Amino acid sequence: MDRAAGAPLLRVEDLRTYFELGAGTLRAVDGVSFALHPGRVLGIVGESGSGKSATALSIMRLIDPPGRIVGGRVLYREQDLMRLPEREMEALRGNRIGMVFQNPMTSLDPSFRIGQQIAETLVTHERLSAAEARRRTIELLRLVGIPDGERRYDDYPHQFSGGMRQRVLIAAAIACKPDVLIADEPTTALDVTIQAQILRLLADLQRRLGSAMVLITHDLGVIAAMADEVLVMYAGRVVELADVDTIFHAPKHPYTRGLLQSLVRLEDGRDSVLQPIAGAPPNLIDLPPGCPFRPRCIHAVERCATELPPLRKLVDGRQVACHLAVAS
Amino acid sequence: MSDSERFLTQTRVAAAAIRRRPSGGKRWAAFRRDPAATLSLCFLLLVLLVALAAPWISPADPDDAVNSLRNAPPGTPGFLLGADSDGRDVLSRLIWGGRISLLVGMTPSVLAMLISLVLGTITGYFGGWVDQIVMRILDVFFAFPLVLLAIAIAGAFEPGLFTEILAIMIVLVPYISRLVRSSTVSVKELPFIEAAKAAGATHLDILVRYILPNILTPVIAYTTTLIGLMIVVGSGLSFLGLGIQPPAADWGTMVSDGRVALRTAPHITIFPGILIGLVSLAFNFLGDGLTAMLDPRARRA
Amino acid sequence: MTAPLLQVADLTKAFPVKGRAFFGGHAPTLKAVDGISFDLVHGETLGLVGESGCGKSTTARLILRLVEPTGGSIRLDGRDLLGVAGEELRALRREMQIVFQDPLSSLNPRMSVGTNLAEPLRFHRVGTRGERRDEARRMLEVVGLQPHDFDRFPHELSGGQCQRLAIARALVLKPKLVIFDEPVSALDVSIRAQILTLLLDLQQRFGLTYIFISHDLSVVKRVSDRIAVMYLGRVVEIAGSARLHAEPRHPYTRSLLQAIPLPDPRLKRIGDFALLEGDLPSPANPPSGCRFHTRCARRMPRCSAEEPALREVAPAHLASCFLYQ
Repeated sequence: MDRAAGAPLLRVEDLRTYFELGAGTLRAVDGVSFALHPGRVLGIVGESGSGKSATALSIMRLIDPPGRIVGGRVLYREQDLMRLPEREMEALRGNRIGMVFQNPMTSLDPSFRIGQQIAETLVTHERLSAAEARRRTIELLRLVGIPDGERRYDDYPHQFSGGMRQRVLIAAAIACKPDVLIADEPTTALDVTIQAQILRLLADLQRRLGSAMVLITHDLGVIAAMADEVLVMYAGRVVELADVDTIFHAPKHPYTRGLLQSLVRLEDGRDSVLQPIAGAPPNLIDLPPGCPFRPRCIHAVERCATELPPLRKLVDGRQVACHLAVAS
Repeated sequence: MSDSERFLTQTRVAAAAIRRRPSGGKRWAAFRRDPAATLSLCFLLLVLLVALAAPWISPADPDDAVNSLRNAPPGTPGFLLGADSDGRDVLSRLIWGGRISLLVGMTPSVLAMLISLVLGTITGYFGGWVDQIVMRILDVFFAFPLVLLAIAIAGAFEPGLFTEILAIMIVLVPYISRLVRSSTVSVKELPFIEAAKAAGATHLDILVRYILPNILTPVIAYTTTLIGLMIVVGSGLSFLGLGIQPPAADWGTMVSDGRVALRTAPHITIFPGILIGLVSLAFNFLGDGLTAMLDPRARRA
Repeated sequence: MTAPLLQVADLTKAFPVKGRAFFGGHAPTLKAVDGISFDLVHGETLGLVGESGCGKSTTARLILRLVEPTGGSIRLDGRDLLGVAGEELRALRREMQIVFQDPLSSLNPRMSVGTNLAEPLRFHRVGTRGERRDEARRMLEVVGLQPHDFDRFPHELSGGQCQRLAIARALVLKPKLVIFDEPVSALDVSIRAQILTLLLDLQQRFGLTYIFISHDLSVVKRVSDRIAVMYLGRVVEIAGSARLHAEPRHPYTRSLLQAIPLPDPRLKRIGDFALLEGDLPSPANPPSGCRFHTRCARRMPRCSAEEPALREVAPAHLASCFLYQ
């Protein structure tokens, strides 16, 4: 499975992020590990409460109280980000590691012109002069499909449509040619025809820069279109990690299988049977012992209620956290 | 705004999404964790109890004047907190006067709240020219400082308890109505209102069962805070002689009466003054506590 | 042949746009819905798809008269829906209900589940208080909620449970028509199939007619008999679901289908997408002639000058495109 060349750019080891709330401890990220190689796209798929967004924010050390990163390492080029002083972390953010968020409306400061917001990154991290930063910004705008860069440089976010705003965000994220791009639900708020454009843009840019990308989404179609490897999360844990073809055509974890089976596909006719997953995603504060998916799993046995299944590597290279998948 | 600051909003959004709105029981727990509010509530309940129990608790008749003991200092036997310029027991007058001060602080506020609830919801919900006219009228009231307006209105009538209550009530209506109206306007846009309309709700249904219950809590919290202020304003009106007349007394008149002997017998002014301040402060903290209880975001751990 | 349940003809909603200068022939209005017509037969499900600004949500509100149309007509079971007012309109509301996108915010947070559910009955003075509560309890079970949920509050329920409650509330008056506005978009993927199953079961059980609005064509296709594709306030194509998927005629429908990412890496990777270029025009300033011509790969000179009418291009298949006229 590890066809990637060279050492991993980003290695996450047993990352744990907990939120201390009045009602108890919410284990948003509970032991997540993966490796990211240059030029590859890792798709992280999960539903609400799966911890996928919290994982991305933890990697970037953007977790605010009551949340706290309680354990694990995040190695970027073999350097543990968790141990880095905040000043050095700031030097990395937006520079070597770029982030694109879901909601372009809240990610761009509405009071500043967009050109300024992009140029600011260049001035801060690459010490460019204002004039040079402006020139580069207009070039970036062209790159992301905003042709009228000269004029649009001085526009405010509200003067752009949703798709255009997302392009601006992407321009800001890649401005310093990052090695790693983390995109958290970058197209969820967009119309489907615009989504296709933005995804293509991300793929093209990623290839052009040779960077690695972490693409976080709940949309399995987007994963199938973009990802090389897929990491499936449930209740803050990794339940399956494999290459994209294996995940879609030979999934082993009952959640992955259930999810794929419950999808409504375009080819489905009126008479095709809907196969939902019973139950609902768990309350992360009062997680019972054992496998968090057990209440909804049709294959569950006694062991599943008492023992938390660890993530194990199988012969075919994939990783899965399920007692039964490993046994079979 | 740096990259980091921009990105940080995302974290808060993510964390907030995980947190769920607590049910009633948990909200009271949050209130109890606010020491100022809890203390204030206990204090106010105590004051209220004492005021209500005046006939039984009061050590002496508040109007009973003992000529020989005028301006007696605190600690004089039979006069725990001293006597005033007419030889009346300060403590008894505080207890009996408290009834009036509290009444003057709370009654008009509650009445104003009730009137505002009707006025604010109707104007906020229906909008249009009714809203415009009423808002312009209220704007006239806002042009004047609250206390000055209260004095002016009280001065236009015969001095007395009723006048005080009326003046304060009139002055408060614009303020509370403004809150009710803006809350109504925002609740009105929420999906469940549209859902009720689609199901066939009448305007009355929506106003009474959908809008009102959902704006009540911030309005009550705000009114509670206002009561604190009104205790002071009411005392001020009494101090100026626009409120209740002698021999009846409330804390305001007590402060006024004590002015003549301020240098020789300051206790006559100080004690009612302290009570006015404490009770007002307590209502303020209580109001803050109630507001914080409503808005989970305002409660920073 | 039975008469259609719903007949919508030339339905229009124009919003006045303030402070806009007059440029050329542009009138200062925003036509969110610009003359749409369709019929709905008893028991069928009509899907309404389109992207931002296409007017599908506004259409739903126009039919329910939550928003007043500025033109056109709506007939429900033969009765003119626009000619009634006051009590008569309120009574008619019993026949048509709506389920919104965000389940939690469509419920009154201050009322219990049971009360929320019984409210529509109370609005119309159906039965006694006790009878209403019994009916509410019955509906709870019909939608798959537990009896003990009756006394809980909406914020204590999950998203899927809230949506079930919203559906129950829509059905408690036994309407004929139910409009669903993005009913599963805000729900987790693993829950969607549950709710869709419920909708289909209920339709069978109670003989309901549905209008299903969504931007997600896969979901719409699964539940709908016919699909109408909307673009900038107009219907550009309408056909049976299978047909629309197999033989889309309008270039926009084709683009829409091609933009959908399929959950199978063997079928389609990002490089395989045939992209639709350009941005969605603003409804306040629609292109001249055929509204889609600015983004259409197959546009002809005629397309920027004239607007094509919605015409039959195959049996029971209408499209508005000059390629077929």
